[in-house]
Amino acid sequence: MKKGYFGDFGGQFIPELLMPPLIELEQAMETILPSEEFQTRFAHMLEENVGRPSTITHCPNLSKDLGLDLWLKREDLNHSGAHKINNCLGQGLLAKMMGKEVLLAETGAGMHGVATTVAAAMLDMKAVIYMGATDIVRQAPNVNRMRLMGAEIVSVESGTKTLKDAINEALRRWIADQENTHYCFGTAAGPHPFPTLVRGFQQVISKEARRQFMDRNDGSLPDVVVACVGGGSNAIGMFHHFIPDESVRIVGVEAAGTGEPGCCDSAPLDHGTNGVLHGMVTKLLQTDEGQILPSHSVAPGLDYPGVGPEHAHLQATGRVKYTTINDGQALNAFKALSRREGIIPALESSHAVAYAIENKAELQGRSVLVCLSGRGDKDLGILDQIL
Amino acid sequence: MNPMQIKIEEARKQGKVGLIPFLPAGFPSREQFWKELEELDAAGAGVIEIGMPFSDPVADGPVVEKASLKCLADGINLAWIFDGLKERKGRFNAALLLMGYLNPVYQYGLDKFGADCEAAGVSGLIIADMPFEESGFVKDAIEPHGVSLVPLVGLNTTRERMALYAENAQGFCYFVSVLGTTGQRESLPAKIKEKLAEAKEVFDIPIALGFGIKHPDQLKQFEGLMDAAVFGSALITHIENGNTSDSFMEPWK
Ligand SMILES: Cc1ncc(COP(=O)(O)O)c(C=O)c1O
Repeated sequence: MKKGYFGDFGGQFIPELLMPPLIELEQAMETILPSEEFQTRFAHMLEENVGRPSTITHCPNLSKDLGLDLWLKREDLNHSGAHKINNCLGQGLLAKMMGKEVLLAETGAGMHGVATTVAAAMLDMKAVIYMGATDIVRQAPNVNRMRLMGAEIVSVESGTKTLKDAINEALRRWIADQENTHYCFGTAAGPHPFPTLVRGFQQVISKEARRQFMDRNDGSLPDVVVACVGGGSNAIGMFHHFIPDESVRIVGVEAAGTGEPGCCDSAPLDHGTNGVLHGMVTKLLQTDEGQILPSHSVAPGLDYPGVGPEHAHLQATGRVKYTTINDGQALNAFKALSRREGIIPALESSHAVAYAIENKAELQGRSVLVCLSGRGDKDLGILDQIL
Repeated sequence: MNPMQIKIEEARKQGKVGLIPFLPAGFPSREQFWKELEELDAAGAGVIEIGMPFSDPVADGPVVEKASLKCLADGINLAWIFDGLKERKGRFNAALLLMGYLNPVYQYGLDKFGADCEAAGVSGLIIADMPFEESGFVKDAIEPHGVSLVPLVGLNTTRERMALYAENAQGFCYFVSVLGTTGQRESLPAKIKEKLAEAKEVFDIPIALGFGIKHPDQLKQFEGLMDAAVFGSALITHIENGNTSDSFMEPWK
């Protein structure tokens, strides 16, 4: 199989000028990542700075309402509020040990931008964050947090002014500033080696969750494992260690936007076709002529017309089922989890929770373990406007 | 020999730098575009680079991006480009090159793309988001149609990587003058000379310098190290300001 591919998906479709830094990164993955120094420092950071292991939580009230057994993997309890920090501290430490001084990142919901900024502050580096102008408005609390922690924020005015365009601009910046800058890519997508690198840092989610679930359930595995899919990093982290468990049904939830016919959505796995964007062959929302379509979701972190290549592969092989939840169903789940369990989830994560709610009839009596990828503080402004 | 190489060598024999203007297809408007091509051709362009507009042009700076997005909004697509070129086949003295990103070409179908290039008289292709490692399937599809994949290298390309590209390269090698996106620069990096010299040694086809080129005076320092110059943003800006392609070409002649 060709390097950096998952079946037919993946690859390195980027300008030649980005090959040297990608090759440098690949080499660092081979030499620095396995080193004892890296492993020890990273484990220490996850424990002391992130608060790992994050717990799993049983939801007694919603379980009773729904007639199933609902469990959450609490990535929302991580320092900075989402799973993104696992990846940022990993990439940040790697970059630091490579001798880089700047962490460059794109962000949609702002969680990855915040996590990159935290990593930069901890590691005494500089953070430069590209964010779509639309997202800067809808995720203002995260913009404030980034500013407070010293990030330089670049507002992206081109294209759809969301995550896709923030990635374009960040890639352009990386072409120009590759000497001292590491592009701390935020999800398990993009050119090789990012999908593998990011999965490597996020697989801690399923490593912990699998053990924790079995400890709490007399050694049995969950029936269903669910995560939301934007670029796909929390999902691949949540799925990784369950993939060999054939009894476990694994479900990835994409955002269906408003759910109205003809409206933009963010569900390339469910509604897209094969194509090439941001360095990878994957499934994309695109026209017949290969122009990338605008995406939409009430959850900015899911608002992306592409998806990580490993998910496209897991869909093609049939191991993981992908489905969609629309904005309204996600908001409903957001309210349900807040009111019934006292946990305010991110709008992104609400899509995963909504899967259990919307499919309760089919899931009667089953155990369902959902990745709660982040907390909802950042979304209160959006909710003020629509609830 | 590929027509692009022939044209650049012709210029060299006359002691001149080969001229490679770039315009996005359909710019500044559907009708005007073909007039610009004719003017560029008449003014001595050796190779004309036609941009295939893409929604997410990561290797381009703001001037080219804006122009390309405008063309997309006007409904420009590959079918339009090929139809227009087929209609005018044989009318251009310059060799023709298509430049763009992989996804639209991939969706169009590589075999059909190669056949249409041949039918339209296109002899070169640049895919900005396709490094050597991924280029095999595109080369295989287009080369039987007489279309050469033009390699892009730059200031950070090692000699070893240049050698990979040089192995089967035809037409010319596109040397990117800056670590950055397309767009005019006031000054060019000092390191160019040394890397151009390296490229000259590795490639046995002509070397064209592009990205950031604004005026022929900038090229004097590279005499003997390059054979052709690509200019895009400067030409686009010139046309946007209401000037003609012809007047842009004047100082380069
Ligand atoms: C809380 C949260 N969950 C999920 C996502 C989606 O990203 P991914 O699919 O990479 O996990 C985001 C992205 O910003 C997020 O902030």
